[in-house]
Amino acid sequence: MSESISFFNTPSPAHLKGMKAWLLTHDHKRLALMYMWAVLFWFSLGMIIGLLVRTELMTQGKTIVGADVYNAMFTLHGVIMIFLFIIPAIPAIFGNFFLPIQIGADDVFFPRLNLFSWYLYMFGGLLAVISLVTGQGFADTGWTFYVPFSVTTERNVSLTVSAAFILGMSSMLTGLNFVTTVHRMRDKAMGWMQIPLFTWSLYATAWVQILATPVISITLVLVVFERVFSIGLFDPDKGGDPILYQHLFWMYSHPAVYIMILPGMGVISEIIPVFSRKAIFGYKAIAGSSMAIAIAGSLVWAHHMYTSGMSDVSVFIFSLLTFLVAIPSAVKVFSWVSTMYKGSIEMNPALLLSLMFIYLFTVGGLTGLVLGAAGTDIHVHDTYFVVAHFHFVMFGGTGFAFFAALHYWWPKMFGIMYDFKKAYVGAVCACVGFLFHYVPMFILGLQGMPRRYYDYLPQYESGNFSAGLGGYLMVFGVFLMFYNLFMSFKKRTPASVNPWGGTTLEWSVPSPPPMENFVEPPHVKDYPYDFSEIVAESQKVKGKE
Amino acid sequence: MNPVQGVDQAFWYILGISGVLLLGITIVMIYFVIRYRRSKNPVPSDIRDNYLLEVAWTIIPTLIALSMFYVGWKSYVGLRDVPEDAMQVEVFGQQYSWIFVYDNDKETENNLVVPLGKAVKLNITSTDVLHSFYIPAFRIKVDAVKGMTTYAWFYADKEGEYDVLCTEYCGTDHSAMVGVLKIVPEEEYQRWLESDEE
Repeated sequence: MSESISFFNTPSPAHLKGMKAWLLTHDHKRLALMYMWAVLFWFSLGMIIGLLVRTELMTQGKTIVGADVYNAMFTLHGVIMIFLFIIPAIPAIFGNFFLPIQIGADDVFFPRLNLFSWYLYMFGGLLAVISLVTGQGFADTGWTFYVPFSVTTERNVSLTVSAAFILGMSSMLTGLNFVTTVHRMRDKAMGWMQIPLFTWSLYATAWVQILATPVISITLVLVVFERVFSIGLFDPDKGGDPILYQHLFWMYSHPAVYIMILPGMGVISEIIPVFSRKAIFGYKAIAGSSMAIAIAGSLVWAHHMYTSGMSDVSVFIFSLLTFLVAIPSAVKVFSWVSTMYKGSIEMNPALLLSLMFIYLFTVGGLTGLVLGAAGTDIHVHDTYFVVAHFHFVMFGGTGFAFFAALHYWWPKMFGIMYDFKKAYVGAVCACVGFLFHYVPMFILGLQGMPRRYYDYLPQYESGNFSAGLGGYLMVFGVFLMFYNLFMSFKKRTPASVNPWGGTTLEWSVPSPPPMENFVEPPHVKDYPYDFSEIVAESQKVKGKE
Repeated sequence: MNPVQGVDQAFWYILGISGVLLLGITIVMIYFVIRYRRSKNPVPSDIRDNYLLEVAWTIIPTLIALSMFYVGWKSYVGLRDVPEDAMQVEVFGQQYSWIFVYDNDKETENNLVVPLGKAVKLNITSTDVLHSFYIPAFRIKVDAVKGMTTYAWFYADKEGEYDVLCTEYCGTDHSAMVGVLKIVPEEEYQRWLESDEE
């Protein structure tokens, strides 16, 4: 491959220098990295707050903070993790960096809009910080902002939901950018069935971002109106209906769950074939199931509301639809596992994290069936069972996919390799800690411990205590992984163009890629996961030995 | 059938099948990783799909999922169909306690007393924000919403004391909003109902 200058050394637009070359850049790769640092900051903060919450719960009564601080803390943990970490993490970082490269493009369709989205994200984060330290302090409503409580509490709810509103806009614009880019910027030779599955998953996600986010934006604005102008839409004292709020809230927030998980599934669909050196099993089924999840996932929101007082007919319909949306996820899991059948599997931190993803996500998905079924959900709704379930899906799923993506694409993004041993140790600690952290919560939930509890009855103490211990191990593992990745900047062991033997286009460009990604015009394969060349080459190398 | 049984059977049914599926997926995954490791299997096969297999693993899970839906729905119906001879108690959720009002206007706070062997229907509402009325032992839970009345019922088939909790976050002392359900023999209940004690 001919010599190229990496994007780190090429400002875009060309006249910019120093900090400006970052803060005013149009380059999707620079923006991806700017997102990365911000997202990692928020994730670390959210995790530390989560750990403080669990520390408080390790013993009965007051352990480290009072009830009011505790309630603001779990709200802050939720808001950070949902709006500032999980929703943007994979699309804004890895999507921005790799979606254009995977489809043979030199950037996204709207580079300036991309920069604007980053500023919205930063501004939303800033507003969240401001709402922490001004007025009556951070909202204590939980990230769901249920009325009438969110309308009557004196805390800073208006500012907190404004932050969520701004962040929603950032996410929506990123989605718009991705849909347009996939349609308009794809290499001429790349048909729909040649698009890599990571890009497919982002494409499906982007549609949900565009179509669902306006609903939450409007709803959050209405909450502010309700607080400031007392319009009486949700407040029963003024003739409003609190259940209407729940419908509107979940109409976005359930599809949002798929905004969070679909990109993670896309990451796994890239990693498993590469380290198995074998075509992904059922490419069409995986691409199709991403779209199926995006569509069906938009029709199941009221399964969060079986106990809300809505009609039994609604419970029937939403329960039935919920079971149908489980199928495309199951198809994906079966396809990933089958991909490894008769593969040539090389263990790697990214693969190990992906296998952990499959296990943790499967647990999360299967326990979701308990919550989808009407009768069983009544017992465990709003208990620790739900907390464990969605952490398995969101953290065990999306979180571990995020870690896998970091380890998979790190050499490509920075052109350097990290230490494997520490990565393995970190991953194992995170996963084992995870299980000790969240499995007790399933049991606590079945025993009937409600969520968002500052204090609890004596029978729940041992479960909470062991969950706390697991939490410390898990957080240690995650920080060890991060530390190991950062240490690669010090050692600077160079990474080759294609260290893992990948077939998608990002592995055909230099590490790190040059300014407009491609040194030579991209060569699009008829089938994106055709490993025959990689296999032939490795056999040749072996023959020489 | 006591609705508690129906719900518990649905739990066993769904969790049982899920456990088998999880075990199967995990074992197969680990087996593949070991069996087809690169040192042992340097040349991979090129298998891209298998139509029959894919149809099978779409249809079979769909049927399993539908059966789970059905079992779950049946147990839900049990929680919703109140026997006609059920006695009724009015329940008010407030920040941060449960108020129970009996037919004879007796009012108690955080103390629900009912006679053994009776079906009990609770008509639930809220006087302020959302709450959710929950008795884990009887698998019942329903939100308390101001401006509307929801209900739940249980069959008081065993003497004893049971926790009554709030599961919809309602403010500072949400976790302290704990009541007790006492199931006592009929005569004791009647005596209590006519007395002034809480």
